Amino acid sequence: MVQLTLPRNSTVKKGKVWDKPAGATNVREYKIYRWSPDDEENPALDTYYVDTDDCGPMVLDGLIYIKNKIDSTLTFRRSCREGVCGSCAMNIDGTNTLACTKGMDEVKGAIKIYPLPHMPVVKDLVPDMNRFYAQHRFIEPWLKTTSPTPEAEWLQSHEDRAKLDGLYECILCACCSTSCPSYWWNGDRYLGPAVLLQAYRWLTDSRDEATGERLDALEDPFRLYRCHTIMNCSQACPKGLNPAKAIAEIKKMMVERRM
Amino acid sequence: MSMRTPLSQVRGLGSAREGTGHFWHQRLTGIANVPLTIFFVVLLIAMQGADHATAVAVIGSPVVAIFLILAILSVVYHMKLGMQIILEDYVSGELVKTICLMANIFFCTIVALASVFAILKISFGV
Repeated sequence: MVQLTLPRNSTVKKGKVWDKPAGATNVREYKIYRWSPDDEENPALDTYYVDTDDCGPMVLDGLIYIKNKIDSTLTFRRSCREGVCGSCAMNIDGTNTLACTKGMDEVKGAIKIYPLPHMPVVKDLVPDMNRFYAQHRFIEPWLKTTSPTPEAEWLQSHEDRAKLDGLYECILCACCSTSCPSYWWNGDRYLGPAVLLQAYRWLTDSRDEATGERLDALEDPFRLYRCHTIMNCSQACPKGLNPAKAIAEIKKMMVERRM
Repeated sequence: MSMRTPLSQVRGLGSAREGTGHFWHQRLTGIANVPLTIFFVVLLIAMQGADHATAVAVIGSPVVAIFLILAILSVVYHMKLGMQIILEDYVSGELVKTICLMANIFFCTIVALASVFAILKISFGV
């Protein structure tokens, strides 16, 4: 059955409370999930205090402050720090989002940060994304054609190009997939909202010639139909996209080709 | 620990090549259940306080019997489809899952058959 409680060695313990930065007048409390594969310890929630006069306004700025000035062992991914790369996806204040686009002022009280839910943890806030990327690879996210390649580009009307809006912007941060209960319970067989949104991005691309083949690969009770329109995905997406709608469109295509 | 690559694990046993039938039937029976359930509730209210002979006469009349049988079939099929999804979602052990899915089919078949038999028996007065 689905496991609803954490195994004993995964129970989150009270962690270390780090000293407040000396001389700081404005501080913000961070509570951060810590776990290391290098010792036998349980995960713990460490408390840090960030001097908000000495760092930027975003949650990620606070994390970088902590790593630079308080505890260099704190581990997290970040790169672009402007919502384009998707590296700093984590669970902040109970919602999966990007640390770089989430303002500290959007959170009341202590800023609680956990890794993306229900993913294997590599260390601290770094989840293992291997299966997620393999699922993306599985839907073959590239243009598939059989017709002879044209001299110049494959042509696409303005209307057809517009159909890709709201789909191509996905940065594969996995905030949506890891907010989905269906993906939590059956992530080994269900592809999840992020990957299905990408699947739809290629299904609806007018230049692609493999639509039927792509639908065949998704025609499965688990790969596609584990979506029960819970809609956590659309609520979580930090880019404001709507994976639930994309999945509904795929289901419509599935029904349409049988009628 | 499996040494299979992540892609191999994701591809798994391949597409089951079905799922849309289930999806479509669930919507179809869902829509059918709306008028059929309303019919059933109205029938219950209308027969409130009726004696046994009246109840048998009403249930036995062709139109009521046909719609009652339709309601049973649609509701029970919908119930079977819904329960199947819940079992597939939450029961992860292959053996337990298979047993649960079988029990679901057996239970729904018995409920539907017994209900339809009861209506027909009243209807034909045997």
